[in-house]
Amino acid sequence: MDATALLMQLFTGLSLGMLYVLLALGLSIIFGLLTVVNFAHGAMFMWGAYAGVSVIALTGNFWIALIVAPLVIGGYGLIVERGLIRPLYGRDINYPLLLTFGLQFIMLEIVRIFYGTSDQPFKAPDLLSMPIEIFGTFAFPSYRLFVIAVTIIICIVLWVFLEKTNLGMIIRAGTRDPLMVRALGIDMGRIWWLVFGIGSALAGLGGILAAPIRSVFPEMGITMLVECFVVVVVGGMGSLSGAILSGIIMGEASAITTLFYPQMADIVIFLVMAVVLLIRPSGLFGRAGLLE
Amino acid sequence: MSEEKNEKGQDKGLDRRTFIKTTGIVTGSALLGGFHFVRRAHAQQTGPIKLGFPIPLTGPYAFEAKDQQAGAELAIAQINAAGGVLGRKVELLVRDDKLKADEGARRAKELIESEGVHLMSGILAAHIQLAVNEQCKLQGIPYMSISQSNEITMRPDNSIYTYHEALDPHQTTQAVGEYVAKKYKKRWYFLTSDYAYGWQMTDGFRRKGKEYGIMDVGESKHPLGTSDFSAYIPRILAAKPDVLFVDNFGKDQINAIKQATDFGLKKKMQLVCPILLMSSRLGGGAESFDGVIGGCSFYWEMNHPTAKEFVAAFQKMHGRSPIDYAGYAYSGIKELLSAVNRANSLDAEAIAAAIEGRTYDNYKGNQWWRPCDHQSQQDVFIIKSKKEKAQYDVFEIIAKVSGDKERLLRTCTEVGQDPNKPIRSGLIKK
Amino acid sequence: MENQTWWRRLVTFISNYPLYFIFLFFIIFPFIVPYKALATQIIIWGLFALGFNICLGYTGMLSFGHAAYFGVGAYTTGVVLIRLWANIWFGLFAALFMGGILALVLGFLCIKRKGIYFAMLTLAFAQLVYFVAFQWVDLTGGDNGLRNIPAAPLNFFGLSINIYSPLNFYFFVLFFVFLSLLALNLILQSPFGHVLQAVRENDQRARSCGYETTNVRWLAFVISGAISGLAGGLYALYLHFVGIETLYWMTSGQVVMMTLLGGMGSFIGPFIGAGVFLYLEDVLSNITQSWMIFLGVIFVLCVLFFPAGIWGTIKGLSTRGKKELPASSAP
Repeated sequence: MDATALLMQLFTGLSLGMLYVLLALGLSIIFGLLTVVNFAHGAMFMWGAYAGVSVIALTGNFWIALIVAPLVIGGYGLIVERGLIRPLYGRDINYPLLLTFGLQFIMLEIVRIFYGTSDQPFKAPDLLSMPIEIFGTFAFPSYRLFVIAVTIIICIVLWVFLEKTNLGMIIRAGTRDPLMVRALGIDMGRIWWLVFGIGSALAGLGGILAAPIRSVFPEMGITMLVECFVVVVVGGMGSLSGAILSGIIMGEASAITTLFYPQMADIVIFLVMAVVLLIRPSGLFGRAGLLE
Repeated sequence: MSEEKNEKGQDKGLDRRTFIKTTGIVTGSALLGGFHFVRRAHAQQTGPIKLGFPIPLTGPYAFEAKDQQAGAELAIAQINAAGGVLGRKVELLVRDDKLKADEGARRAKELIESEGVHLMSGILAAHIQLAVNEQCKLQGIPYMSISQSNEITMRPDNSIYTYHEALDPHQTTQAVGEYVAKKYKKRWYFLTSDYAYGWQMTDGFRRKGKEYGIMDVGESKHPLGTSDFSAYIPRILAAKPDVLFVDNFGKDQINAIKQATDFGLKKKMQLVCPILLMSSRLGGGAESFDGVIGGCSFYWEMNHPTAKEFVAAFQKMHGRSPIDYAGYAYSGIKELLSAVNRANSLDAEAIAAAIEGRTYDNYKGNQWWRPCDHQSQQDVFIIKSKKEKAQYDVFEIIAKVSGDKERLLRTCTEVGQDPNKPIRSGLIKK
Repeated sequence: MENQTWWRRLVTFISNYPLYFIFLFFIIFPFIVPYKALATQIIIWGLFALGFNICLGYTGMLSFGHAAYFGVGAYTTGVVLIRLWANIWFGLFAALFMGGILALVLGFLCIKRKGIYFAMLTLAFAQLVYFVAFQWVDLTGGDNGLRNIPAAPLNFFGLSINIYSPLNFYFFVLFFVFLSLLALNLILQSPFGHVLQAVRENDQRARSCGYETTNVRWLAFVISGAISGLAGGLYALYLHFVGIETLYWMTSGQVVMMTLLGGMGSFIGPFIGAGVFLYLEDVLSNITQSWMIFLGVIFVLCVLFFPAGIWGTIKGLSTRGKKELPASSAP
């Protein structure tokens, strides 16, 4: 295995990891603040892709869909939080998990009813259809570079939002000590509502970004979900930098394993998780209620 | 008796008399009401002939399943119009196996036990066929399999009750492999889905390729359900193959072809799929599949008399063109039902005797039932994906590989059966 | 008690003597469902849910990986019957044993964590078991499943009984369900059972009373795994086949849904949950292809409005309106 091939593999691992990062960010931010495990995250990812399908069918423009789809899913997240999850606050911590678990089946079936069960063709926009020649003979699709770029931008935007804005400060404080924030007179309920929406929008964005790469079908969120959980748990639930780092690690782990021992590719992320959790039980950067 | 159960106070909330009263009422009404629900646990002697048909109506292969049902309905409509089976109408009982083996087995149980079906067909997934076959073998119900599987005609799964109308991975790969070996260059690479279907396809291609002296330049096994194949591309490119065999199914096939196209693989090698599915082609899109070739059992634009009749009748009944799975269902059920008529009985041995050795042409050319394992010998077609964005006109047939004289089949001995005798294993005396 | 209506008294009676009710009901059960195989399926999953309930309802740990024990139990029985000894007793005992052992091992790794982390860990390990079984084709048949499990006769004190007719098999399974219920009842009524409930209510306080709560939870986990394994073994006999989906996380999710639907923390709840879930699924599948949406909606409504499940809600309704405080209240 020569150096070029290895480099190419690392690059593909990066693009693989970026989707994980997007979803893990959403999941982590929701858990960090609301302590809600959003089992419907994979379904939101899938809905993002289908929202993209519909917007493109309406407008014929991928770029519009890229903006609209995450907003639609974010809006949906706001509705879900207000209508379904809010009534569960004060109850056992497991209830929102169970609710979102059931919710994903409903979301899955709705898509099946309205879009059918077969795959939806989804093309990358023409602007990004040209493969870029890097490393000599290796043609890397420019669309995947675009995905990497978009994810990096989102991470930066998120960081700026959390570190430099008042709202971001409130969110960070809220994960550390929600009681105190309430005592200061701030309505945590609104913040939770907003954060759930943001997390959902991130999932939706992941979905529409993934659509040209993978096929768009109703069950596309299910495998993504479990992998996503693993990424978040390894990174530390509630930690954003953990989500980013863990996503990249998992993507690379998957890619490298595929190169040398593909049968283990599915298992390797679970093994990594088992090892990490046994050594650092809260994940890489996890600390109760720390958003960084 | 009650003491150790209840540590609470003396008042148990209910006295014995009330308890007996309540139990009596509950049990009595349940039994009375229950008789209403008790069904006959054996197949009826009069009334319609029932054909059980579990298929994956929900899940990723609903597209294929619907056509399986449509093909079955056409066959049954035609048979009923011609007088039915043994003078009785045939009834199709469709169930959803949700693409899960235990669900399929449970549906089979329900059909046999509760509905009293006389015959069984259906199932798309290879492993679910085997599960349903088990149930049918236990109860002595003839089962006509209409989907691909290598194991169903082998020991220990095969039995006198088991029939296989569809192609199996072996026939498919021998046919497609032969075509590719003759037409393309010798460096072959395999992208294999890491489960039975993938392994069998790759093994079949390798076997055929050996006869033509091809060079096996590598294999990448990928887990079932892989959505991102980018990690496999560098290795494939490094091996510099002339042909890449994409040995997977459904979503995996779509993703693999799509991403192979994205990475520009088509400029460097020919992409071949053992089976090119209509649903994959429609889901993946015209550009991704452009230029890809593969095998199929049937394509609706075939220029053959019985094919045209079948397609016309199907279009009339369902308003669309049939895919290969519709053809399997149509032909398989037609064969099973006509065999019952020829045997003039529902006895399994009589049906077997009426099918074995029979040559027929229901929709695609000559087919023959091999007696030793109840496998239908048939031709395979090589198709190429067209660039048009059409609804059904998406392939063109570029070749036909003949299945005559068992040239595509495994030998009887190889599947664990006696080449000189028809299969009689698993026969239950009822 | 004069102001209590007859059905309230019935519900109270049933919840005080759940075993009697279950005995009676399930004897007539196969005659009131559309087909016997469904009844058998319900009690097998009911047993699985019962085992799972030890973990969730009685100990308060949400495990999302119980499919591992169910599946391993199923594969154990299958493999034992095919390769080792075609003896049903042995096969089922092996399933019970393997379910317990696996729970012992995985429990050791997971039990130190609580809450969501515990749930995620169990999920991850169950997926690991799934992938290993998928790859280990020689043993498990991989994705084709384990087929050709012999229909071994039941040898009982010299009598050889064929248990494979639908009704016979139902009562065979019911026998094991009863045995498990009796065993569990003994365990839960014992001092250990009370410690279990104390741990669920307030772990810290239990520890301050001197109990090793981690070990208590671990033991409960093992018992839970063993019962789930037994249910799996029975499932393998029922289908003559073990599918790889038995180990997939959807199976774990399904038993969670059943337990919640029926009501946690009781014996009757899991069976009601299994019964309602499977019956609805059966009926709905024949009517519509979108059956999943109905089950999903019912489940979501349950979580929102009936978190005590069907049985829990019925019990709750039956105790409402009582003016006086009962001498000791049922948990």
